[in-house]
Amino acid sequence: MHDLRSTDRPAPGRRGLGRRLLHSSLLEALTYPHGVDRYVELVRPLLLTRDVRAEVTAVRLQTPKSVTLTLRPNENWRGFRAGQFVGVSVEIDGVRLTRPYSPASAEQAREGTFELTVSTHPQGRVSRYLRDHGRAGKIVGLTQAQGEFVLPDPRPERLLLISGGSGITPVMAMLRTLCEEGFEGEIGFLNYARSPLAALYEVELRTLADRHAGLKVARGFTRSDTPPISGRFRREHLPAVISDHADAGTFVCGPPALIDSVRTVWAADGLPEPAVEMFTAPALAFDTDVAEGVVRFARSGREAANSGLPLLEQAEDAGLRPEHGCRMGICNTCSCRKTAGTVRNVISGALSTAEEEQIRVCVSVPVGDVVLDL
Amino acid sequence: MPTSPPVLDPEQLEAFGRELDEIRARVVADLGERDTDYINNVIRAQRGLEVLGRGLLFLGFLPPAWIGGTAALSLSKILDNMEIGHNVMHGQYDWTADPRLDGKTFEWDTACPADQWRHSHNYMHHTHTNIVGKDRDIGYGILRMSEDQPWRPYYLGNPLYAALLATFFQYGVAMHDLEAEQIAAGEEGLDDEKREKLQAVWHKVRGQTLKDYVLFPLLSGPSFPFVLAGNATANLTRNLWAFTIIFCGHFPEGTHEFREQETEEETRGQWYYRQMLGSANLTGGRLFHILAGNLSFQIEHHLFPDLPAHRYGEIAEDVREIRERYGLPYNTGPLHRQFASVVRKIVKLALPPLPGLRVCEPGVGDQTAEASPQQPSAADTRSRKAAATRTSPSKPAAPRTSSRKPAAPKRRARKPAAPKRRARKPAGVA
Repeated sequence: MHDLRSTDRPAPGRRGLGRRLLHSSLLEALTYPHGVDRYVELVRPLLLTRDVRAEVTAVRLQTPKSVTLTLRPNENWRGFRAGQFVGVSVEIDGVRLTRPYSPASAEQAREGTFELTVSTHPQGRVSRYLRDHGRAGKIVGLTQAQGEFVLPDPRPERLLLISGGSGITPVMAMLRTLCEEGFEGEIGFLNYARSPLAALYEVELRTLADRHAGLKVARGFTRSDTPPISGRFRREHLPAVISDHADAGTFVCGPPALIDSVRTVWAADGLPEPAVEMFTAPALAFDTDVAEGVVRFARSGREAANSGLPLLEQAEDAGLRPEHGCRMGICNTCSCRKTAGTVRNVISGALSTAEEEQIRVCVSVPVGDVVLDL
Repeated sequence: MPTSPPVLDPEQLEAFGRELDEIRARVVADLGERDTDYINNVIRAQRGLEVLGRGLLFLGFLPPAWIGGTAALSLSKILDNMEIGHNVMHGQYDWTADPRLDGKTFEWDTACPADQWRHSHNYMHHTHTNIVGKDRDIGYGILRMSEDQPWRPYYLGNPLYAALLATFFQYGVAMHDLEAEQIAAGEEGLDDEKREKLQAVWHKVRGQTLKDYVLFPLLSGPSFPFVLAGNATANLTRNLWAFTIIFCGHFPEGTHEFREQETEEETRGQWYYRQMLGSANLTGGRLFHILAGNLSFQIEHHLFPDLPAHRYGEIAEDVREIRERYGLPYNTGPLHRQFASVVRKIVKLALPPLPGLRVCEPGVGDQTAEASPQQPSAADTRSRKAAATRTSPSKPAAPRTSSRKPAAPKRRARKPAAPKRRARKPAGVA
């Protein structure tokens, strides 16, 4: 699990006098204990010494259920590798929500910007917010780029990029990066969308295919039978984009069903696992009457079956000694970061499913699998 | 002020707790942009006042600039400590998931390291509120603020110590978690944990001193003495203000104290009961409440320490309505009256208990209530509450020395918390 609040300092080097002054230990001492950023952000929200933030510079709507944002991050941003994702934070109803999105632009950033295409979901608060409120000038919080789903160095001679739905974004970043750097090998780009209306980057993909001799693009629409390929992923779709998939470096990103079918084909052919990245919605099914699932204490690397007791006691039973005080939800001493899973507050009965939130472990019982930063 | 609050039976206590839980649930369900806007505006105001104050003090050789600058910086420090620092560190804004408002990591503009405050205040004081021998906010280990603290000649200096504590309040608070008085009295040694805490205090005090008394004065060049004096005055103003508000929270006449025996096996309803009877409010206008960090709603704060404090005023009416139905006292009054009552107590407790009245003898609560109109209710509540809890009525009569001394060391104080959980669950889950 990644810490989406990463606030690393930027690499030193290209700093002007103003920024050197901002980073000076004198200013740090004068603004003790809050730090320079807590003052500067009130006037210039991007001129920070630690936090990564970005300004939206352009907004474009490609399809009815997506929004494409161009972001210009501040100087603390260290760039990304095609295929990685970045945590984007926005404040909705007073609560800061962070969601991972993969940049879709080439690594070779233009004017220090990168592009995100966010698909909206009916239950996706952040995605809907970005579509409804994403305007030029808006400031969003960012994490540094994360993830191992990246192109290998040196590049393989042949690459196969398979994607479904919004999973197109990281492989789009890979394709654009390869085109920018003048990659001369063979690239197969196979993408699935529900319908032509939902197809992202349609025009650009055609233009790129015209311009690059080695690139073959094919689209499948899972809800219509449009040639050359129809329906969901099948082995028969592969020849449309690649001469021999067996020795191609393969990258798959999309819903679990797509990834499963690709894996099945690859396994049947006796090929090594392709690199995959899964975009899944959190599962909301649970039963509050029985204790099930596994509690994982990420920092200490321990794991135990959920006993149904408050997490503080489960942590203690697992041999951990978390900081705590009142053991009744009052003093907040035991507050700890939950990075995944659902918990129920034993006082209010409220269920909390948010990823990355502070919970009081003394009054929280897990509902299914939970991961704690302990 | 009724001198003897009614004893609630277990069912009443549970219903009482449930009603308060409902208020809490209602506020939690309503938390949103209004709350973040509020705290962000207060932070903006605080930062603005700080920059303005420090800026004006650079021209401190001009009297109006010195006065304006010092006033702005004083207000900035008051806002920073009271409405922002104290409240954010209670976790009141943790639900925002904004790392800048994270109760676990927030640090404030005062000598006390935030981590130690979180222990001594959030846990020790809020869990053990007004339990003599466990709540170290009763006298801060320096003052005699309860008749249950046995009188010693040392306490003749009570008013003087109080004045010194008020003047240097930020350092008093900084040393609070160290329990320095126990080290001084030879009851505890300076072990590794204490040494670490002392180091953290030193680190924080150094940062604060460097900023207020070295760097800003030096940067101002010829204004050096004016900036130095302005910063010292701002710190002093904040100290006096914080002391005043905080001491009005639990020590005005009519607030109740409790004993360890009667708070064992406490249910959630009983815990609410103790918080309500042990705290006192202050009346005033909106600005007064903001500058008091809304600790002027001390009762609501102690019932719901982790709700955003600017909500306390909104729920105060509901809390009053509930306490009226249960016939419980609700101690409130204007600052001058409540503070005068605190001062009277500080002075009165400097003197030994008058012979014949036996005011500090435990187990003779009813006589005390008759004899001492200044402290009419504490002892009374004690005996009545003792009867209401599962503790046998004869227990409170245990000799003071044996009942209180062992409770003082903090390490041991944590342990009784464990059996409490089970006792509390029925009320909590409901």
